[in-house]
Amino acid sequence: MKVSESWLREWVNPDINTADLMEQLTMAGLEVDGVEAAAGEFSGVLVGEIVSIEQHPDADKLRVCQVAGHPEGMRQVVCGAPNARAGIKIPFATVGSLLPPDENGKPFKIKKAKLRGVESHGMLCAQNELQVGEDSDGIWELPASVETGADLREVLNLDDKLIEIDLTPNRGDCLSIKGVARDVGVLNRVAVSEPQIDAVAAISGETFPVTITAGKQCPRYVGRVIKGVNLNQTSPLWMQEKLRRAGNRSISPVVDVTNFVLLELGQPMHAFDLGTLKQGINVRMAEQGEELTLLDGQEVKLNADTLVIADAERAIAMAGIMGGEATAVSDTTQDIFLESAFFDPIAIAGRARNYGLHTDSSHRYERGVDYQLQEQAIERATELLMSIVGGEPGPLVLVESADHMPAERSVTLRRERILRGLGFAMDDAEVVDILTRLGLGLLNTRETGWEFSVPSYRFDISIEEDLLEELARVYGYNNLPTTSLVADLALLPREEAKIGLPVVRRQLIARGYQEAIAYSFVEPKLLALFDPSATPVKLLNPISADMAVMRTTLWPGLVTALQYNLNRQQSRVRLFETGQRFVRRASGLAQEPVVAGLIYGERGAEAWSSEPGKVDFYDIKGDLESVLNLVGDDSVFTFEKAENDALHPGQSAAVLKNGEVVGYVGALHPQIQQELGIAQPVYLFEVNQASVLLASIPAFQELSKFPEVRRDLALLIDREIPAQNLVNTARNGAGEHLVDLKVFDVYQGEGIDPHRKSVALGLTFQHPSRTLTEDEINASVDTVVKQLETEFNATQR
Amino acid sequence: MDNLAALTEEALKLVAEAQDMAALDHVRVEYLGKKGQITALLKTLGKLSAEERPAAGAEINKAKQQVQEQITVAKDGFEKAAIDEKLASETIDVTLSGRGQTNGGLHPVTRTLQRIEDIFAAAGYDVEEGPEIEDDFHNFEALNIPAHHPARAMHDTFYVDPAQLDDPDGTYVLRTHTSGVQVRTMENKEPPIRIICPGRVYRCDSDLTHTPMFHQVEGLVVDKDISFADLKGTVSQFLKAFFEKDVEVRFRPSYFPFTEPSAEMDIQCTNCGGEGCRVCSNTGWLEVGGCGMVHPNVFKASGVDPEVYTGFAFGMGADRLAMLRYGVNDLRLFFESDLKFLRQF
Ligand SMILES: [Zn+2]
Repeated sequence: MKVSESWLREWVNPDINTADLMEQLTMAGLEVDGVEAAAGEFSGVLVGEIVSIEQHPDADKLRVCQVAGHPEGMRQVVCGAPNARAGIKIPFATVGSLLPPDENGKPFKIKKAKLRGVESHGMLCAQNELQVGEDSDGIWELPASVETGADLREVLNLDDKLIEIDLTPNRGDCLSIKGVARDVGVLNRVAVSEPQIDAVAAISGETFPVTITAGKQCPRYVGRVIKGVNLNQTSPLWMQEKLRRAGNRSISPVVDVTNFVLLELGQPMHAFDLGTLKQGINVRMAEQGEELTLLDGQEVKLNADTLVIADAERAIAMAGIMGGEATAVSDTTQDIFLESAFFDPIAIAGRARNYGLHTDSSHRYERGVDYQLQEQAIERATELLMSIVGGEPGPLVLVESADHMPAERSVTLRRERILRGLGFAMDDAEVVDILTRLGLGLLNTRETGWEFSVPSYRFDISIEEDLLEELARVYGYNNLPTTSLVADLALLPREEAKIGLPVVRRQLIARGYQEAIAYSFVEPKLLALFDPSATPVKLLNPISADMAVMRTTLWPGLVTALQYNLNRQQSRVRLFETGQRFVRRASGLAQEPVVAGLIYGERGAEAWSSEPGKVDFYDIKGDLESVLNLVGDDSVFTFEKAENDALHPGQSAAVLKNGEVVGYVGALHPQIQQELGIAQPVYLFEVNQASVLLASIPAFQELSKFPEVRRDLALLIDREIPAQNLVNTARNGAGEHLVDLKVFDVYQGEGIDPHRKSVALGLTFQHPSRTLTEDEINASVDTVVKQLETEFNATQR
Repeated sequence: MDNLAALTEEALKLVAEAQDMAALDHVRVEYLGKKGQITALLKTLGKLSAEERPAAGAEINKAKQQVQEQITVAKDGFEKAAIDEKLASETIDVTLSGRGQTNGGLHPVTRTLQRIEDIFAAAGYDVEEGPEIEDDFHNFEALNIPAHHPARAMHDTFYVDPAQLDDPDGTYVLRTHTSGVQVRTMENKEPPIRIICPGRVYRCDSDLTHTPMFHQVEGLVVDKDISFADLKGTVSQFLKAFFEKDVEVRFRPSYFPFTEPSAEMDIQCTNCGGEGCRVCSNTGWLEVGGCGMVHPNVFKASGVDPEVYTGFAFGMGADRLAMLRYGVNDLRLFFESDLKFLRQF
């Protein structure tokens, strides 16, 4: 909300400067977002009056004006504004005056000039030339009431600051000058002087009937008829200026007055053209699908949850949000019907947004409008209106459904709770002083504390903690004590088997990976490339089409990051990411934390010592194994040739932990690679975090003092048989004294059958308590060889 | 015996002239070996009288020793030369870089989050995590933000199509804060509770200073007699610890439906020290997060008795803290994965 400092100071005028006032507001929870001047910097601009006007002899668009206002008499000014005409008062920048600086910061000095041969002694200004408004259509027409020759800054009080306050939703009570003034008064312990608002005596007896059908949503409705208004008037300059400084344009006296009362007191109001209303007002819920054309011309189909103001025939306004076009006050209106109502915040909340609307009125009603303000506001509006447009007011019509009026609230405050909540014992007198200055009423004082009544404008106060906040706020958060938290220092068990994610990250970093963070939402088409069978979770309101679904794998993000870097002259990329993927499981949606990696390009960073060559499957598998290794006994992990839509069918493996798939590793499918325009193969892995974050705790095994014996076997098997199968069978056959088994060579090519490959196994045997005999070892090796023969048709080389 | 001196001289001359080990060895065999010429003289001792024998024997041994010593000296010389030569031939350029994988690095936001976790872990806080697709109850209702509450408009929430979720008629969102984790923790654990909840959060907002996804760390402490003073102390201590600087911290009243009283915390601008600059929009202060005392309605929704327990909660943007800590000037860099950016951390 934009608050004119001078308007605020009409209400409450503490002896502090603007900067201190702003600081004070911010520190009291009314956050000041910024401040701007009410007008640009200019000087020497007077109120001028065009006395006569003639066409410029040599220019169609220019006219020559004789302007009064200069202390030394009439001045001739050449002016191009279309609205220049004799009799109007305008801002007159005399020779020597300085107009607001341009972008370069240099003020614009008015000099005597000749325009197409005609002398011009000054300039007649538009609003934007003085930076007092947006209007640049013509010169600024000032009301006739301002004195010709007066200094414009003085006469319009333009040395004013506009303070932008960013109010939190709980402080609806501060959405008016009155509300801000109230808080400023409390903070400075100075009195607030409200303008005198008297009940306007009815001149006519005219009323218009009001019925409330939706009493819960509209507990209170005040209306008044004003007959015979003259709408050919304009609002007084002071009002236009106050509106302008609050960010409103002057529109018509009726609109201006209702806007003014909203800004001043915080009560949204509406005026109807009485002549267009049928029979009587009814405040009711809309019928589903009921139509209404709003003031802004928008046609809406109403929902049944929307409160409307209706007459006997139709909805005429969306209550608390916006009036209707058909019943709006126009130039030809003669009689008006003024509305000042209290709507339940819950009945208004969210409704404007449902129609894509947000108005000053809905903003206030959603947050809560003082439910005792309606009569005062309508009296204020009546008085202001009459002073501009005349007319004969009728008596107030007040309809109230007492059952639905907000209940009087009282809150108990325990002294002990102040100590416990704020960490210090506030003086009793100070507690009562702060709260009563805020408008709360002291109902009772007890041994343990107090009971306060809550004023009708404070919708945010209903429990004890709310009072603690008020005490803290007014006392000053930064004046309250600050302490160190005191807690039990007991030592707690520490789970050694838990590996922190930082350890996993460190491992990948040590293998040259750079961590990336990608958005969790991805482009549906891209995701479908990687995971065509998935039905990803959709966002109902994505920020853009390329961030519309939740990722089911981290690979699209990593590959996108790869492309980004390839486009920026990087040729070797190693990236990993940790985060959740969102996948459908039999048990429902799973939000699974995973760790994923990508490698691309040269195996080693470019260096004099690097082994040449591009990364391949075994590079990324090695990196992944180094992570799996963190769990200690990594024999729980196995790899199996597997199908994955995103991966090369011949170069992809499932990662299994105790037989259960926990991830995949492999080369990006060449078709996807091609589709994405990536030159070389991309290698990827992704595993569940859960599978790598739980380790086994080492358990010591007695060291054998007896010699190890190693036997090597070179076997020929069919190419497509995975080495792992050979290893599994060999391990089973070798007996209990096998302590190590490794594949130390694989060969296919020249010298052997093209359908076969040679796999070399190294078997190491050892007995814990004696030396193994040759016979024992031979027997074990024979068993292994036989089993491999039967199972895989393996032959020894 | 007569030619001992001559033989000795001859042998020493040969040692001095020797060019390699083989030559030396030759001298040794020729003069000092079993059949060597000086050794042979020992056999002539028998011809001498018993009186003369010891002296003559000693002289021969002395001569042998003398020759042997010279051989050893020469040998050492050759060995040293050989080693020197080998060392010279093996000398490499030690300024060239070492072999093997160069290290990658942590993302700056992760680095920041880990730092925050470490600071709190040292004081006994546990780290709790939770789902990013959150139900309406845990993201809003339990946090005292009922439907249509104006505070919902502050959140720019992403709504999720419930078709794929457990309750197809439910309301699900991408969590707008990690507060849902606090609620879940209170539902499952008895106080005292001291936790921090780091993680990704989402807001439907994207411009120069907002990304639709960012990171938050929230903290929650619930116990008997936790006060606003404890909150102020904890948050200030954290900020000083994080920035390793005695930064000035201030608290401003604010509003969050889930805390009462609520505050926003600012630190004195780390860039200008409070003088006012571009980073702090000339205010001298930087907003770093929100905090407050847990609202009794949140306690009730989470099964904690607000008459027995009090607590505080705070939340901070990890991306913002990372920007301030490392001087990053554009939030969007965090999510572009540019290696030139990432390698700086
Ligand atoms: Zn600064």
